[in-house]
Amino acid sequence: MEFDGERILDGINLYFNDKEFLTLLGPSGCGKTTTLRIIGGFLTPTSGRVLFDGKCINDVPAYERQINTVFQRYALFPHLDVYGNIAFGLKVAKLPKEEIQKRVQDILSVVGLTGFEHRSIDSLSGGQQQRVAIARALVNRPKVLLLDEPLAALDLRLRKDMQNELKRIQQAMGITFIYVTHDQEEALSMSDTVVVMDKGRIQQIGKPEDIYNEPKNAFVADFIGESNILDGIMLSDYKVKFFGRVFDCVDAGFAPNEPVDVVIRPEDIDFVPAGEGHLVGTVTSVTFKGLNYDIIVDFRGFKWLIQTTDYHSEGETVGIRLNPEDIHIMHKSEYSGMFGDYSSYSAEYDELTEDADNEEE
Amino acid sequence: MKKNKSILLSGPYILWMLLFTLIPLGVMGYYALTDPDTGAFTLNNLRDLGLFLPTLGTSVWYSIVSAIICLGLGYPVAYFIAHRSPVTQKILYMLIMLPMCMSFLLRTLAWVGLLETNGIINVLLGKLGMGTVEIIGTSGAVILGMVYNYLPYMILPLYAIIVKIDNRLIEAAEDLGCNGTQVFCRVILPLSMPGILSGITMVFVPAVSTFYISQKLGGAETMLIGDVIEKQFKTSNNPNMGAALSLLLMLMVLVCTGIMNRFGGEDEEGGVVV
Repeated sequence: MEFDGERILDGINLYFNDKEFLTLLGPSGCGKTTTLRIIGGFLTPTSGRVLFDGKCINDVPAYERQINTVFQRYALFPHLDVYGNIAFGLKVAKLPKEEIQKRVQDILSVVGLTGFEHRSIDSLSGGQQQRVAIARALVNRPKVLLLDEPLAALDLRLRKDMQNELKRIQQAMGITFIYVTHDQEEALSMSDTVVVMDKGRIQQIGKPEDIYNEPKNAFVADFIGESNILDGIMLSDYKVKFFGRVFDCVDAGFAPNEPVDVVIRPEDIDFVPAGEGHLVGTVTSVTFKGLNYDIIVDFRGFKWLIQTTDYHSEGETVGIRLNPEDIHIMHKSEYSGMFGDYSSYSAEYDELTEDADNEEE
Repeated sequence: MKKNKSILLSGPYILWMLLFTLIPLGVMGYYALTDPDTGAFTLNNLRDLGLFLPTLGTSVWYSIVSAIICLGLGYPVAYFIAHRSPVTQKILYMLIMLPMCMSFLLRTLAWVGLLETNGIINVLLGKLGMGTVEIIGTSGAVILGMVYNYLPYMILPLYAIIVKIDNRLIEAAEDLGCNGTQVFCRVILPLSMPGILSGITMVFVPAVSTFYISQKLGGAETMLIGDVIEKQFKTSNNPNMGAALSLLLMLMVLVCTGIMNRFGGEDEEGGVVV
């Protein structure tokens, strides 16, 4: 896919299974919305094919596809009330009036808006508009439902509720959901399959657990959750060397002495008294996060983020132990060295990245 | 405190309204209800309004026809402009505005020169051996003048509304199964309704009270209510009758715009207007 000669999507090869909840996850501008718009029929790819039930649908216009979309910021029709919005697709399809009424009533109860038929769109809250948008798409009983950051405009609490709601609806109706988001937590908690994208390319496809536990490269490791990423050398199967020390690990299949990226999740690290540690460092910053403390520890100039429920004070010398299953090894990639160093750590890292991502692509 | 300030700020305009709109309205009402000779209270002027109803009917009819023609010509233009690049939009917008920068009288007079029996059009037609056409002095010429003069007032509000229609709504309609025509009928047209209504009002109101266009381009049978009112003041020397006619015209315009706004509020489902 290209715009003005600039390559936006490159080598996207994706299979969607029936009744699957699949999420396209990635930062702004990674091409996830573009992918969705190609599937929806609003963009024609400059090369490549879109297959639906085995048939190429490149030339099928959006209005003839058995696909419906829940748009970013909903795109509800302001000149119609709730009923008019939801019945829109059915009226276009010229269904009999009784059928339309029945289906609208059914879907209203599914999304929990019974009794709202004749409310105007302006009088609804963000969450209610969201539900109308979902109902308007689902009432047509599409084979595939596309959702473009449908929860981005909602506040945190409402977003959590709607996540559960969406998952419930998807399971109840047995429809394939293709969901676009930049929120990794949302992607992990809702999806059957997560597709991590960056720079118009697929970085990793897999089950949420696999993506989190076995990230393929530094980008995925950093984007999904927090990661300390270090340079290491794979001496042989199950032996990796970093910080001048050899550790046991559970990974194999690398070339002897291959340079690798080593990922250590902040929540996997255990503190021990300084004398008993594999590594010894100094605490440089402590932030209370509610559930845990975010502690930054300086190991020979390289700063790690460690998440723990134990309090350690700034300036304290601490030791850590690493179990073999806490260490995950990845091949070097174009992203090596770009992520996983907390030297410029800020307590607001989450909020900062989220704000940046909320900007429209 | 805040309230007082806002009154203070709007003071000049309120004063203006009072001096030049409300008081004159009162004066007009007074004239309409008094006898031209004695100055005594009378309902004769209102009774005589009946004589002018056919003229008023003609005015309303011409204005409605003009407004409809303007809508037919203006909507595609407005739609076209709204879907150009921002720079092109600005240029086209200016071109639509341009005629409005020239004197209304001059523009109408120019049509006289074009349409006259010995006017430019007939001279050209004569040279081509196609004889002459009698346009000037007909109702067609009056409506032509109205359409020409008031077309920008139709295009501009339409453009302002159409350009604001969210493209995502159009995509949503396509997503829900609408082809091009259906998208237009079900989404674009209903959403441009406010523009259509204000465009019609902006054409209808000045057209219904005009007298200059009909004087210059029309003939004896195309006397409009504006001409009649002008005559009452200028030649018949009966300002009382003129005031009564003006009141009638105002009432009529109010009723017409009221009906239209009613339509606007009740657009969906082509429903029954109670």
